Amino acid sequence: MSAEPLVADHAHEVSDHGHDPHATTTGLSHIKLAMWVFLGSECLLFGGLISTYLLYKTRGNGRTLPTDVFDIPFTSVSSFVLLMSSLTMVLALSAVSRGEAEAGRTWLLATALLGGVFVGGQVYEFTAFVREGVAFTTNPASSAFFTLTGFHGVHVSLGIVMLMSLFVASVKGKLTQRNAETVEIVGLYWHFVDIVWIFIFTVIYLIPAD
Amino acid sequence: MSDTATSEHSEPDTAAEHHDTEHAHPSDWAYVKIAVVLAVITALEVFTYFESVVDWGVALVPSLIFMMIVKFYLVATWFMHLRFDSKLFGRMFTAGLILAVGVYLVTLTVFEFWV
Repeated sequence: MSAEPLVADHAHEVSDHGHDPHATTTGLSHIKLAMWVFLGSECLLFGGLISTYLLYKTRGNGRTLPTDVFDIPFTSVSSFVLLMSSLTMVLALSAVSRGEAEAGRTWLLATALLGGVFVGGQVYEFTAFVREGVAFTTNPASSAFFTLTGFHGVHVSLGIVMLMSLFVASVKGKLTQRNAETVEIVGLYWHFVDIVWIFIFTVIYLIPAD
Repeated sequence: MSDTATSEHSEPDTAAEHHDTEHAHPSDWAYVKIAVVLAVITALEVFTYFESVVDWGVALVPSLIFMMIVKFYLVATWFMHLRFDSKLFGRMFTAGLILAVGVYLVTLTVFEFWV
């Protein structure tokens, strides 16, 4: 019969992101594992949308194609903004992990603002496209383009909501060093949204259509 | 901004040696350096758009795909901490990624995308 207590005191064995490695059957954070599985499944979602656009990108039915109205310099700036938001996100996690709540809030807010700039840029791009005759139902190519980039934009918007929730939680003192893993989970989602855009920017915008 | 590793927390370090989940994360400056590399690669990507400056010829598409893969790898390994975390996390993500790439390469081939 073991003399080990049934409930161990793991208060001293919490990792740097607030996860207790003894609390799960794998020794890993199951929430974090679930997020990675979710992100793996998201590859299938965006893979389908990107493939659909690639198959339809030249099907304009005699009308203007999205590739005809791309504004690469403008989209490049948007891409750079989203890329830099990944830096501010990882700096937010770093600050919260060190217990620096104020710095964590600053970087979280900066990430949300950069995400907001990206989404604002996307809204501007969409309206500019519509003015130039490329709307959602113009042709199969435009439908596939708006569906793909629209889905990505919704993902960024949801990320901003999550970031602002973390910011509010931090202001209320509910986001501390002990639950920094929550920031890491949101960060994983945010970085994933960034790497999806890295793919979209190259494959959809930069590689010539023909 | 701290120049010290984020693993330098107030908890005792003894447990860190025993768990797969424990990991020393890079300093903030290391993240900044990675971001600078990403920014430079993005600038190079955009540079290819201006054909009047340099004619990339047949090297254009392979170069763009190579730069995209490097950016993808840097964000996944450094910012998403796959380089430092348990390999199981990476395997879960890679499984989805490989499945997606495989399924959609077959789809594109079936629809004669490459012809």
